[in-house]
Amino acid sequence: MEVNITINGSEHASDVEPRTLLVDHIRRTVGLTGTHVGCDTTSCGACTVLMDGKPVKACTVLAAQADGSEVTTVEGLKGADGLHPIQSAFTDDHGLQCGFCTPGMMLVGASLIAENTDPSDDEVRWAISGNLCRCTGYINIVKAIQTAAARVAESSNGS
Amino acid sequence: MVAPTTPAEIGGIGHSVQRKEDARLIEGQGNFLDDIDLPNTLHMAILRSPLAHARINGIDSEAATALDGVVAVVTGDLMDQHGLAWMPTLSGDTQAVLATDKVRYQGQEVAAVIATDPYIATDALELIEVDYEDLPPITTPQQSLEEGAALIRDEKEGQTDNLAYTWETGDKGATEEAFAQADRVVTLETHYPRSHPAPLETCGIVADVNSVTGQATIYMTSQAPHAHRTLFAMVAGLPEQNIRIVSPDIGGGFGNKVPIYPGYVVATAASLLIGQPVKWVESRTENLISTGFARDYYMKGELAVTDQGRILGLRVNMLSDQGAFYSDAQPTQFRAGLFHVVTGSYDFPAAHIDCKGAFTNKAPGGVAYRCSFRITEASYLIERLVQNAAYEVGIDPAEMRLRNFIQPEQFPYETATGFVYDSGDYPTALRQALDAAGYEELRAEQAAAREEGRLVGIGIAHFTEAVGAGPAHTYDIAGLKMIDSAELRVHPTGKAILKLGVKTQGQGHETTFAQIVAEETGIPATDIKVIHGDTDDTPYGLGTYASRSTPVGGAATAMVARKIADKARHIAAHLLEAAPEDIERTADKFHVAGSPDQAVSIQDAAFAAYTNLPEGMEYGLEDVTYYNPPNLTFPYGSYVVVVDVDPDTGVWKVRRMVALDDCGVRINPMIVEGQIHGGLTEGFAMSSMQWITFDDDGNCIGSNFMDYLIPTAWETPRFELLETVTPSPHHPIGAKGIGESATVGSPAAFVNAVVDALAHLGVRNIDMPVLPDRVWEAIDTATA
Ligand code: FES
Ligand code: FES
Repeated sequence: MEVNITINGSEHASDVEPRTLLVDHIRRTVGLTGTHVGCDTTSCGACTVLMDGKPVKACTVLAAQADGSEVTTVEGLKGADGLHPIQSAFTDDHGLQCGFCTPGMMLVGASLIAENTDPSDDEVRWAISGNLCRCTGYINIVKAIQTAAARVAESSNGS
Repeated sequence: MVAPTTPAEIGGIGHSVQRKEDARLIEGQGNFLDDIDLPNTLHMAILRSPLAHARINGIDSEAATALDGVVAVVTGDLMDQHGLAWMPTLSGDTQAVLATDKVRYQGQEVAAVIATDPYIATDALELIEVDYEDLPPITTPQQSLEEGAALIRDEKEGQTDNLAYTWETGDKGATEEAFAQADRVVTLETHYPRSHPAPLETCGIVADVNSVTGQATIYMTSQAPHAHRTLFAMVAGLPEQNIRIVSPDIGGGFGNKVPIYPGYVVATAASLLIGQPVKWVESRTENLISTGFARDYYMKGELAVTDQGRILGLRVNMLSDQGAFYSDAQPTQFRAGLFHVVTGSYDFPAAHIDCKGAFTNKAPGGVAYRCSFRITEASYLIERLVQNAAYEVGIDPAEMRLRNFIQPEQFPYETATGFVYDSGDYPTALRQALDAAGYEELRAEQAAAREEGRLVGIGIAHFTEAVGAGPAHTYDIAGLKMIDSAELRVHPTGKAILKLGVKTQGQGHETTFAQIVAEETGIPATDIKVIHGDTDDTPYGLGTYASRSTPVGGAATAMVARKIADKARHIAAHLLEAAPEDIERTADKFHVAGSPDQAVSIQDAAFAAYTNLPEGMEYGLEDVTYYNPPNLTFPYGSYVVVVDVDPDTGVWKVRRMVALDDCGVRINPMIVEGQIHGGLTEGFAMSSMQWITFDDDGNCIGSNFMDYLIPTAWETPRFELLETVTPSPHHPIGAKGIGESATVGSPAAFVNAVVDALAHLGVRNIDMPVLPDRVWEAIDTATA
């Protein structure tokens, strides 16, 4: 079947099998491999992308369901003026080790701070509780998301 | 913390330099195994046994083969025709690649489909008919060793029972004597349950064998690419120069990516036979049911103690559940890994350890899950025993430890089982951790809480690890000595490339190893590119596990950098027209002793190495070092956990977790802390929720992340980190390794805390995972 998905701002029209998962479509057909697969039970969040601005687990969405939507993957986080604040904060606060969970974590973090630029420790932890990380113990991920939020708040206050 | 000796621009040891690997990973530009997409790649899916124990009477793959898009169906018989139906394990056993006779655990590899598309490969699995004849499954090692138990390894010559190995160490006579002198014997029987490393990225391979040139390029999630190259050469009979293993970005390893799995062998054979690249990436279920389980030790520890709380001796009987094949990845001469480090941080003269392992109808593995070969089990046992001994003798658990610690002046200290600990100051570490936790106040609060019917527990663990295997005289894997290497090339502009035998899986080698070179040569860490994981492009090494990267590969790096610095010093002498012995090195310059103005930079010296050399010196500035460590290193730490236990539900919450680690010199403190955070979380996971269990039919319960629980950010406690720094005297930069300490040390602290909350009721043990219902039951039984 024909699906038309806007991924990171560019339109991708393709013919897919109805059963094709969005994550496979993004990785294999479109060729963006920053979105990862870590489980087969919708448990880990490594496959998280933003669909119309909301985080979804792309292993549990069919490509067909995403027809007509706008999808943002980790490759689309960076803007014309450089890295998204969440990206630089993950580096600054050592929010990643192996980096496998990182795209999902950053996208959830980005969507949280789009709504809340002063999230508490608990609010961040709740937001990322659908995303597993085996390396970091989450402490520095939480810190990075809060750092990014503070930087966003500061720049919007300043402007 | 030790102050860095280099300025921030150089970024040597002690600087929290930002990680070089982050740039690609935060932009989705990492190159993980599944991201590799070679032209004409075929995809493999594996048919696995639904039964734990059954005879295979036949496999009908006709319908599967006929499916559009299927290129081949591989069975054990086909593998057998090429002599590849069985493969050696890292413990000298053999393991089925694809089952030919029986299946011996649920999830065992039975057949493989190679197809043009991964969805089609999976579809075809459903079309394969296997005629199984049920056999009785054996699901515990105790059952397995009973008289008359069904023989699991009936194919193995000379095997008449289900015993996998026996191993004994220590001095039995001396230990018996110690027990005869004791005022009391404290006993603990506990099961360290089966767990799984479950890195977020599963295991996988892309095998690309060129049938014309014979070149085999094998992309693999490998923690030990060089060792794997040699093993591939030995197993598959391929000439080693034609095998290139490339271990790309790895999404966590934790021991899971050390063994060679059947899927790798099948994919490589299929690529060889078909002449196209073959890709296989495990699903999470495959990962959890078939690859790399860890632990599963049934331990009985007995401590001989005096009424004054002195430990006189230790006796351990251990029975391990090995699953269907004995495949622990461990040094050859140690059948239960380094479990004999079980004497822990204490000074006593006698110990005896008696181990045996049994085959069961469960997945094989026995990998060192974030651990230096069974040290996690050992550390857990001794720290639980010492805590219980304190209760029995009637002294405080902290005091019990202080009375028995090896004292700072006793190092190097030879333990009753033959390890020679390099350095440590245990009393200082424990006291600092206790002070930070407010131990005295906590004990007072605990007493008051008990009056009110509230349960507060304080758990301590003071662990000593033995990592960095290891000296060639004692340590090898499959005959390969556990040395490691580094090669350093400095280009004319003073920029450098460092090539390593070890391989990161998230630990940040590209950053920390550059920092070691920066420290030793003055070349800024940002100017040093680190290459690893590609066997065609790096010197030989045994790989990254057992916290050996820094102790062995890091030492090799320091030594090769010193060779380079020394050559540069000679070149500097030539440029400065001085004698080499009069040249001194500062962080970034060589200068004539006493006249700091007469100086050349390392960059000047590098340029001269290709342009202007002293008479008789060879051109270039590069070298390689193979490092054979003189000893293991012995990181340690003191952990204090405070929990609140709900007496009505058994639910426990970590109120505080204070973790003091001494890993010697810290190369990059930021990265060290990250390693500790991750390790503590895995320790918390094992003590609270993470386990792989089986029903009586041998069905794996814990085959996905709905059943095998990994803590999320919500459950994970907050940690407070402390440090002391006691350098390793024999390591070139005094570092000891940190990747595993927290996983090794923390489970005992968490469990001790919960048991401590109930100790006044007489509770002395709750097995991991310490689930609320187990806690509730312990309270209920104790108060009945
Ligand atoms: S891969 Fe989608 S949640 Fe795990
Ligand atoms: S950084 Fe490795 S899984 Fe999160």
